Amino acid sequence: MAQDLFRMTLKESQRYLSSKENFDLLVGSLSLRAKEIDPKVKAYLSFNPNGKNFSDKSPKPGQKLWGVPVSIKDNICTDGWETTCSSKILKGYIPPYDATVVRKLKENGAYLFAKCNMDEFAFGSSCESSAYHPSVNPWDLSRVPGGSSGGSAACVAADEAICSLGTDTGGSIRQPASLCGVVGMKPTYGRVSRFGLVAFGSSLDQIGPITKTVEDNAILLGAIAGYDPLDSTSVNIEVPDYTKALVKDAKGLKIGLPREYFVKGINSEVEAAVREVAKVYKQLGAEIKEISLPHSKYGIAVYYVVATAEASSNLARFDGVEYGYRYNTDDLLEMYVETRDQGFGQEAKRRILLGTFVLSAGYYDAYYLRAQKVRTLIKKDFENAFKEVDVILSPTSPTTAFKLGEKTDDPLSMYLSDIYTITVNLAGVPALSVPCGFDSKGLPIGFQLMGKYFDETTLYRSAYAYEQTMHWYEKKPKL
Amino acid sequence: MSLEKYESVIGLEVHVQLKTKSKIFCACPAEFGAEPNSQTCPICLGLPGSLPVLNEQALYYAIKVGLALNCTISGRLKFDRKNYFYPDLPKAYQISQYDMPVSHHGHLNIELKESKRKIGITRAHLEEDAGKLIHEGVKDGSLVDYNRCGTPLLEIVSEPDLRSPEEAYEYLTTLKAVLQYLDVSDCNMEKGSLRCDANVSIRLKGTEKLGTKAEIKNLNSFKAVAKAIQYEIERQAEMLESGNRIIQETRLWNDEKGQTFSMRSKEEAHDYRYFPEPDLVPFTISREKVEEVRKTLPELPQAREERIISSYKLSNYDAHVLVADKFLADYFEACIKEGADPKKVSNWLTTELFGLLNAKKETLETCKVSAKQLSKLIFLIDKQVISGKIAKEVLPIMVDTGKDPEDIVKEKGLVQLTDTKFIEDIAKKVIEANPKTVADFKAGKSQALGFLVGQLMKETKGKANPALANQILEKHLHAL
Amino acid sequence: MKMDIIKVAQLARLNLKENEKEKLNKDLESILNYVAQLDELDTKAIEPTSHVLNLENVYRKDIVKAWPVRDQLLKFAPKVEGKFFKVPKVIEEA
Repeated sequence: MAQDLFRMTLKESQRYLSSKENFDLLVGSLSLRAKEIDPKVKAYLSFNPNGKNFSDKSPKPGQKLWGVPVSIKDNICTDGWETTCSSKILKGYIPPYDATVVRKLKENGAYLFAKCNMDEFAFGSSCESSAYHPSVNPWDLSRVPGGSSGGSAACVAADEAICSLGTDTGGSIRQPASLCGVVGMKPTYGRVSRFGLVAFGSSLDQIGPITKTVEDNAILLGAIAGYDPLDSTSVNIEVPDYTKALVKDAKGLKIGLPREYFVKGINSEVEAAVREVAKVYKQLGAEIKEISLPHSKYGIAVYYVVATAEASSNLARFDGVEYGYRYNTDDLLEMYVETRDQGFGQEAKRRILLGTFVLSAGYYDAYYLRAQKVRTLIKKDFENAFKEVDVILSPTSPTTAFKLGEKTDDPLSMYLSDIYTITVNLAGVPALSVPCGFDSKGLPIGFQLMGKYFDETTLYRSAYAYEQTMHWYEKKPKL
Repeated sequence: MSLEKYESVIGLEVHVQLKTKSKIFCACPAEFGAEPNSQTCPICLGLPGSLPVLNEQALYYAIKVGLALNCTISGRLKFDRKNYFYPDLPKAYQISQYDMPVSHHGHLNIELKESKRKIGITRAHLEEDAGKLIHEGVKDGSLVDYNRCGTPLLEIVSEPDLRSPEEAYEYLTTLKAVLQYLDVSDCNMEKGSLRCDANVSIRLKGTEKLGTKAEIKNLNSFKAVAKAIQYEIERQAEMLESGNRIIQETRLWNDEKGQTFSMRSKEEAHDYRYFPEPDLVPFTISREKVEEVRKTLPELPQAREERIISSYKLSNYDAHVLVADKFLADYFEACIKEGADPKKVSNWLTTELFGLLNAKKETLETCKVSAKQLSKLIFLIDKQVISGKIAKEVLPIMVDTGKDPEDIVKEKGLVQLTDTKFIEDIAKKVIEANPKTVADFKAGKSQALGFLVGQLMKETKGKANPALANQILEKHLHAL
Repeated sequence: MKMDIIKVAQLARLNLKENEKEKLNKDLESILNYVAQLDELDTKAIEPTSHVLNLENVYRKDIVKAWPVRDQLLKFAPKVEGKFFKVPKVIEEA
């Protein structure tokens, strides 16, 4: 029925989008939904200014996503369409080129629907540091959707998107996916091109799909993954058809539970939900064993040295010279310091200062070098664990969605939201967040599956098996 | 005050633009378009989301230079970010190399009039160039052109082994010749494809501790480098003699005033916060690859100089001058191939032709005279068709017109007179016309002969064969 | 370890206002205290990780390919003069 078109999954829309008429109906339905819902959820920053140019009347052969509307996190460059990273310093910045993932979507015939709100420059776990407005959780409008891809997760959960792209540097796809009850994948580092992604932590960043179902996620990743000669860190490994991995059993799968992740402080409902997940896997034929990731607890400390160091350097280019906001003055130094002080929010400044400090003369060895060495230890933890198991199971977030404003005064407590996701980026392995129920307040809980390098296939297989047993995706927020 | 008690310690940092077709990290052309900002793309403009990919030719050139400078080529190298803010640097960091450069621990041999010296090369590393700022004639601001941004640079750092402005000058000419021979750069200081900064300090002779150094910038020619170093040595000596300490600072050379001036420093020394470039992976260079590149090296200036000395028996000095410029050396050897005598070619090239070209502000590359034509001029002298003196009149016409020497000689009727009877007649005339000089000769003044030869040459408008004229006159004089 | 926030802000080209400095200083101090736990580990013999994958030797060929974006960029640039970007006067003094 026309009014339910916005509820479609990506898979369903692929089947539906056989003609331009159906495309118009779907986009019309989605646009109406966004018009109605987004004033409450505030997931979006802008809609496609060139939308009316979607002139392709019918799919070209080989186009997997013809007509499929995709919402895109606003740190991914779109040619001719304002890209702000939810910052004031990029207000009015119109990239003159498309990110590689955007080009790939276009090649596959996708329709770019809207730009999603985020924490400014991807710094955050709640979407509250956006310079424009915070996005909220569709399940409870007084709570955060998570971050930094808060908008990307919220719009999918609220059915004002069919699917979206987010980015993940320390958990920024998985944590909001978990808090919003949707599926989010951070691919292996190097799986998806970073060309056109406004860099935060260059050795950590990945673009990934956020979707309503595991199958949708597998389809979307297949469309954006692959080697890019413009990205020296992208890997020349063939992209498998991830949808072929989708079987409904977990026979023979070895799943590890890291003992360090189930210690005091974890929310009891979250812990219970994840232990239930393990039980379901057992029923599906998997083997559960306890493993150790001994250096887990150092993850956040390492991350806040390495990622902020890279960020401080990546954000230095925002100086008012070529693009974006500029404070007008006759003095060059004043132009720099005022442009940047006025253009950046508090969290961005915190990270820039921290990153600058840990790289500065006299402190490099004690902070940056040391953190890079501990990173090696964390990486080795995963390599060792994966000798024994195929995937690692854990909660995605230590809590369900917290209230708006709850953690904004204490940055460190905000950082600790990433405790389960962060080491994944430090090691570069892929990880997926999948809905596994709700807490007593009706807030979504998600579990995380971490996999071997370039083994997204096993992650999808595992996730699909669980999802098709429990069907959590059938429940929708009341909006 | 005497400079004698001080020893100058000089190190040079040379930045060379590599002449790859495309830039170091993107596919924009590495040469310069007329239109500002027309040779740019998202990558060299540093747009958000852009990423670098290394041009393999830049690495190949860097290895070539490293080998030519006797360096160790690193088996493993990486890039690092050098972070600082400046409008010509779009990313606010320069991708350079910090602790694992492409080559290190080499040397360059230089030759001066009295000595040969081995100058250490600390390292040579790759980095990207910044854009250009325009200040002059701009109202209320400065303009930025990013065309040059991303051009590959090789930074070559010498050990502080140079001990005088002359050595510094010789180091630069020798280095330039090596780079020219390798064909990796245009090495043009005026055009900016070769830039040099000098680090200068002094210390009491016999001491080992290095003095405080000053870094000198804004040096736009090899001559300026030498002059600035000389000035700086004197300035530092004066400071020390009057009891002042040398401050470690950057100074700019002002060529008009002939002095260095301290840069008004707004801040302390830059903290570049180097860290490994995360957007570029490390590079490995195998021993096999190094040997492969070594095989592609041409004969370098020093080897060519040695060969020219031994094959053609030229002096050290002459050979050295010839090899300093590859085009010159090639020109020289092209003349030899034509069959001309090496010593004669060397003289005609470096004395006569260069003099003419300098006066016309031309270079050998733009000169209309080909190696073949110069050789022909020499053959005309060999065959005694013209004298050396006449040849010196023919050459300027060749430079102006590009005509063959034979044609010029024919047109101007300059063929040397060797008709003995004709010369004899003129000789008699000259003897008759100069009785006093004849008497002087008879009285024992041998230089009187020279005068009479001169008169004969004048009579024949220089066309008589001087040796023959001399011989005939002498014969007649003795017969008197 | 205490951070000299004024010095770091200078390096980072941030003109922090008085009301910002105190809070930022406090936040950064607590974060650095948290980071100090890394000192517990003995990392002397460990190699640092700059790249998580073992990728090496990624090049491109020396081929020219135009990718003109200048005019699009100049259209929205903060200040231009002709085809140049314009900035406040840069003084290279001596």
